[in-house]
Amino acid sequence: MGTVVSFDVPGWAGSPDGALAEAVRWLHWVDATFSPYRDDSDVTRFGNGSLRLPDCAPELAEILAACAGISARSGGYFTTTPGGRFDPSGYVKGWAIERAAAILTAAGSAGHCVNGGGDVQCAGEREPGQPWRIGIAHPLRPDSLALVVTGRDFAVATSGSAERGPHIVNPRTGAPATDLASITVVGATLAETDAYATAAYAMGSAARDWLESLEGYEAFAITPTGSAWQTRGFPAHVAPSPY
Amino acid sequence: MRRAILAITGTIAGLVALLGFKSHVPAIAAATSGTGATSGSSGSGSGGSTTGGSTTGGSSSGGQGFATGKQTGLAADEHTVTGNVADTIYGPVQIQLVVKDSKIVKVSILQQPSNTIHDIQIGQFAFPRLISETLTAQNAKIDSVSGATYTSGGYIQSLQSAVDKGL
Repeated sequence: MGTVVSFDVPGWAGSPDGALAEAVRWLHWVDATFSPYRDDSDVTRFGNGSLRLPDCAPELAEILAACAGISARSGGYFTTTPGGRFDPSGYVKGWAIERAAAILTAAGSAGHCVNGGGDVQCAGEREPGQPWRIGIAHPLRPDSLALVVTGRDFAVATSGSAERGPHIVNPRTGAPATDLASITVVGATLAETDAYATAAYAMGSAARDWLESLEGYEAFAITPTGSAWQTRGFPAHVAPSPY
Repeated sequence: MRRAILAITGTIAGLVALLGFKSHVPAIAAATSGTGATSGSSGSGSGGSTTGGSTTGGSSSGGQGFATGKQTGLAADEHTVTGNVADTIYGPVQIQLVVKDSKIVKVSILQQPSNTIHDIQIGQFAFPRLISETLTAQNAKIDSVSGATYTSGGYIQSLQSAVDKGL
C-alpha cells in the first residue's frame, strides 16, 4: 500500500536532483520510523509498549504534542487511535510532505509543489506572478474537477470516501462517516490542514461551523447527493473557471 | 527528462517516491471492502473486473478517456508509448499512452490486478480517476490535484515510465 508523492519544481535554476534526493530520503525515513504498518517502526513499537517515548525518534514527541492539540481543538474528532490502536498517520503524512517541501525551500527553491496522495503543499509561486493552481477532484464524478483553488505558500488537503468506500470513522460513534462525500481544507501548512480535513470529514455536517471558527483555514465540502457548501472565506481561494 | 515531464503535467512531474502510508487503519478493512464492492458495482453496472472500461462513460466519446486493451486505429499523427510493468501488492500494472503533439490524449490499462474485491474497485474506480487526472490536469492548466487519498502507485509508476520513454 503506497502513497505516491510527486514534486513539481518548475522554476529551479540548475539541477534540483540533490535536493529532491534529500527530500525523498526524508520521506523514506519517515515511512520507516512512523509507519504503523511496519512491525519495527518506532510508532508500532511505541504503540505496543515495547519502546518508550524517550527511546523513539525525538520527532515522535513533537508529533504527539501536535496531535494532542488538534484532537483537543477538534473535540476529539481527530484521534491518534482511529482504529483502536496507535496510528498518528492522519498527522504524519501531511507533516512529512510539509517538511519535504521545506527541504526544497532550504535548498534554494523559490517555488515548488509537493503532492502526497492528493494532499498538497505549495511553496512560493509557480512562476513569478503566477500562483499555483490546484484542482479539487470531484468525489462523485471521477472524470472531473469540482473547482480549482489558487494561492501562494499554501496547503490543500482533501478527505473523503471517494476511492475506497467509507474509511474514516467517527471516533465518537465508531461508525463510518457518511455525511460528506469529500471535504477540502485550505490552510498555510499541510500537517494541520490535512489533520483538520480528516477531523472535519469525521465530523460531517457539523464541521461547517467548526471550520468557520478556525482562524486561517477555509473549506469546501460536497455531500453524497452532490450539493456543496463552503466556509465564508473560501471563495477568495477559488480560481475563475479554467474552462 | 524531468523538464519534459513538467511540460506535460504537474500531477506526475518528478515522481520519485513511494511511501508505505495509508491514511486510515486496516482494523475496519472488512467494512471498507464491503462498501467498496457496492460502490464499485454501482459505478460500473458490472461485477467483472475486465469491464472496467465501462466505468467512465466518457470513453465512448473517443476524444479522451479510458480504455482497456491495446490501442488500434491510431491517427497518423498519434503514437503509443507503453510503460513498464509496475509490480504492486495487488499484482502487475501496466499502462499505455496515446500521444499526439507531445500531449497525452488517451491512457489504456494493459494489465491490472483482477483477483480481489479491492482490485475490482481499484480497476473500475481508482484507475479511471487517475487517468482522468492525467487528462484534466493538462486541460485545466492546473499544477496538481487534491483528492481523497489514492493508493494506485502502480498506475503512476507505469505511467511515469511511459512518460520517461518520451512523448
